[in-house]
Amino acid sequence: MREELLAILEKNSRIDFKELAILLGVSEEQVLAEISALEKEGIICGYHTLINWEKTSIEKVNALIEVKVTPQRGQGFDRIAERIYNYPEVKAVYLISGSYDLLVTLEEKTLKEIANFVSDKLSTLESVLSTATHFILKKYKDHGTIINQNRTDDREVITP
Amino acid sequence: MTKPLSDKVLGLKPSGIRKFFDIVSEMKDAISLGVGEPDFDTPWHIRDEGIYALERGRTFYTSNAGLKELRQEISNYISRTQGINYSSDSEILVTVGGSEAIDIGLRALINPGDEVIIPQPSYVSYEPCAILANAKPVIINLKEENEFRLKPEELLNVITDKTKVLILPYPNNPTGAIMERKDLETIAKIIREKDLYVMSDEIYSALTYKNQHISIAALNGMKERTILINGFSKAYAMTGWRLGYACAPKEIISQMTKIHQYAIMCAPTTSQYAAVDALKNGDKDVEQMRQAYNQRRRFLMNAFKEMKLECFEPYGAFYVFPSIKKFGMTSEEFATRFLMEEKVAVVPGTAFGNCGEGFLRISYAYSIDNLKIAMERLNRFVTKLR
Repeated sequence: MREELLAILEKNSRIDFKELAILLGVSEEQVLAEISALEKEGIICGYHTLINWEKTSIEKVNALIEVKVTPQRGQGFDRIAERIYNYPEVKAVYLISGSYDLLVTLEEKTLKEIANFVSDKLSTLESVLSTATHFILKKYKDHGTIINQNRTDDREVITP
Repeated sequence: MTKPLSDKVLGLKPSGIRKFFDIVSEMKDAISLGVGEPDFDTPWHIRDEGIYALERGRTFYTSNAGLKELRQEISNYISRTQGINYSSDSEILVTVGGSEAIDIGLRALINPGDEVIIPQPSYVSYEPCAILANAKPVIINLKEENEFRLKPEELLNVITDKTKVLILPYPNNPTGAIMERKDLETIAKIIREKDLYVMSDEIYSALTYKNQHISIAALNGMKERTILINGFSKAYAMTGWRLGYACAPKEIISQMTKIHQYAIMCAPTTSQYAAVDALKNGDKDVEQMRQAYNQRRRFLMNAFKEMKLECFEPYGAFYVFPSIKKFGMTSEEFATRFLMEEKVAVVPGTAFGNCGEGFLRISYAYSIDNLKIAMERLNRFVTKLR
């Protein structure tokens, strides 16, 4: 049930225990127990909301930054990753295989703030060798959800 | 023109569902739970393979029996899911949907006057196809108390000297019934003893919610007398691609191929290329869709329980078949009033045979959100009736 439960929650974290129990064919108590176990084990890390900020009047600029770093003795990439992810404006940090090391996603109100973050904070870190900043122009799909998708039922009447 | 058209065709009943859904399409805010096809889009990688086939200019006919590579993949698929080995050279025919396979399969087997046994409630095409093939359809009225499974005594009761074929429609549309191994064993025994053919329509085989589907052709001595029909529409959400297949002994397939080549030539080429990818890389998609259907099935069964609507638990396809006998109305009256008063369309059980009287077919090829609204309305409707 664990995998199926996670698959449902990943799509809809607001679903209630009763409905989950019905969909999974188990009792509400079992659902409750499983979810608290998943939370305790750190498998469920949070319940977020996917927001299409573009539709609001609030300005947000998102950037992806490729970062090349020198790994530190004994700590590999973890130490430098921590120094980066502690900035609240940093939304995500991934260790990446390939031509650079860390992928950092950043959310700010203006382009200038992002520029400042990169030039003042990120590139001045001792182990950072180089950065390449890409601005996100438009989000088509995020977290498995297609933005601005209007699904219609196009199935036609057919006999039999 | 004054000369009359074919008596046989004129004698066929028009479908009872049609007029119903013409009303639905006109009605604002109406919800339909009537459609018998998946609500999912064909998985993207399959569509992409179809597009790629077009880009490469694969726009010619294929061989009559279908792309060699597709027949090989079908052979592999049946082997890995059922443990039956069909030769891709001589025992598999790719058809335009499972429906073509039903039609030409019956035509290949039947001599005038042969009897075809059709358990009902079931898919509406068997009876007309049998009639068009000059057979005499013999109906078995399946019972709810048996969960609409075919029982050996029901079969024995209708077998005569003229019986030629049993149509075995499981997992079943419209009831959602399945046949488990023990059920199939008892039927297979009679089929062997009475020396009959079986046309096993397994189009919903990938959608079962108890055990994995078992084909009757997998039982001892049954492959040689079975036409196994399956296709891509339900499992891979590929209804519009029009692609199915038949697996049978080469004596039967070669005769079916003759009809197929004169009437159809070959199944659509683009669809065949896409289907190769479906069989090679589609297992994960099928499992995801099956899981979603299963959740909806549980949701509906629970909703019925809460509103005290009787329904046996179906373990296959994407239909539930609740009983409305307590309301003192025919299925058609119930469905019509439900549509007019609550704007929800369901199909009266009688559309699938007279013994469907007292039942409704509700399809769960709809999103949970849709089903929720529909169940609220159904609850309101049955409360009003009580």
